[in-house]
Amino acid sequence: MSTPSRTDAGPSAGAFAPDRGHDHGENEGHGHVEVDGVELSAELVEGPSVASHDVAEYALWLGDDSLVLAQQLGWWISRAPELEEDIALGNIALDLIGHARSLLHYAGAESNRTEDDLAYWRTEPEFRSAHLFEQPNGDFAHTIARQFIAANYLFELYSRLAGSADATLAAIAAKAVKEVDYHRDHAAQWVLRLALGTDESRARMITGLGDLWPFVDELFVDEPLIDRLEGVAVRPSTLRGPAWEAMAPVLREAELDEPRGFISSGGGRRGDHSENLGPLLAEMQVLARSHPGASW
Amino acid sequence: MAPGASVARPRPADLASQRAWDLAARVCDPEIPVLTIEDLGVLRSVTVDGTRTTVTLTPTYSGCPAMEAMRDDVLTVLRGAGYDDVTVELVLAPAWTTDWMSEEGKAKLVTYGIAAPTGRSGVRPAGAVRLQLAVKCPRCSSLNTRELARFGSTSCKALYECRDCLEPFDYFKVL
Repeated sequence: MSTPSRTDAGPSAGAFAPDRGHDHGENEGHGHVEVDGVELSAELVEGPSVASHDVAEYALWLGDDSLVLAQQLGWWISRAPELEEDIALGNIALDLIGHARSLLHYAGAESNRTEDDLAYWRTEPEFRSAHLFEQPNGDFAHTIARQFIAANYLFELYSRLAGSADATLAAIAAKAVKEVDYHRDHAAQWVLRLALGTDESRARMITGLGDLWPFVDELFVDEPLIDRLEGVAVRPSTLRGPAWEAMAPVLREAELDEPRGFISSGGGRRGDHSENLGPLLAEMQVLARSHPGASW
Repeated sequence: MAPGASVARPRPADLASQRAWDLAARVCDPEIPVLTIEDLGVLRSVTVDGTRTTVTLTPTYSGCPAMEAMRDDVLTVLRGAGYDDVTVELVLAPAWTTDWMSEEGKAKLVTYGIAAPTGRSGVRPAGAVRLQLAVKCPRCSSLNTRELARFGSTSCKALYECRDCLEPFDYFKVL
């Protein structure tokens, strides 16, 4: 066996590495750049894993949902009503970042973009997240209402996407669903505590659910892309019933009615967003854009 | 999916790969340094093919930041032992489960002060508020404990307290 050398282990900067800069071309042509690489195409599953254009677009939708929600939840770190909740919301955000990384990594391979390119270098109209996920944190009850809807939707989505004909999406979903199961448990417990707590906490929970409910509908709208991904994507309209059946018993136990009111027309899948996404992206992207290619 | 992919510790059959496996298997979790990646079931395969060595790891949680340290430590250990051409790959399928944790690993966890996962994955009861098996205090072995927070110091743990010895402790959640 020969003397250990310190040459690179793979041709690309690792999917693990947080330091893959925007200009990924700049390392090419340097003979001895130290990159402990995880070969992109070898990640996640065996066999070819570059998504077709349509699959990449679908992965982008789901990845953006998780990324935007994680960024919102991260705000609560050091601000939650108790230390345990600070940690819980931080942990949930971390799981979502993990899902976003896998999904955006997969989405970007088709256009030769990294997960960081997609997260930090797209503009607002290029994001494909649904409006629910970019809704403001509001008070804690608003965050819990958003979390309750999101976790139940994501659980139903991922439990079906785990059976996708696309092996990479199936692998990401099969892993994510186990984590999201804890998220919906967390949200359900808080819905019960707030709704059955004091008059004040109950009033806030009702307001929070009422303010977030208009954005439920968009999650279940079938876009034309879905028609082209039969067997690969989960048809959103098929999740409406199961997601409601998952939420209804909790609302019943919490003695809450289904909120009624206007329905948002959404538009996130086309890149039409509310006034909330721009400031969120500005904060999320400022460091990467101020110091292109920086690593830490 | 490779044969044996859902086996908890798929140690390879050939001697050359076994030797590399046994080296990689010594790498510890940076967050829970008493557990090796083999104890956890995070080490999924080691293949030595001529001069080329390929190691696959699977993350415990999707966002687990310890994966990068484990990957780096595997590279360091194998390169230090003279393996020049080492690639570490990440696989998500089959999804990691606490069922893969070794009995020895669970015993080490308890000695370290962390309650080991109780029960197997996939049997968590459904419903709005779930009941679960009692978690035993790693210090005094009392079953009179309660969950303080379902999310703890790392992705994989919850925070508990013992109502007998009154100490708080971490619990490695079933996943």
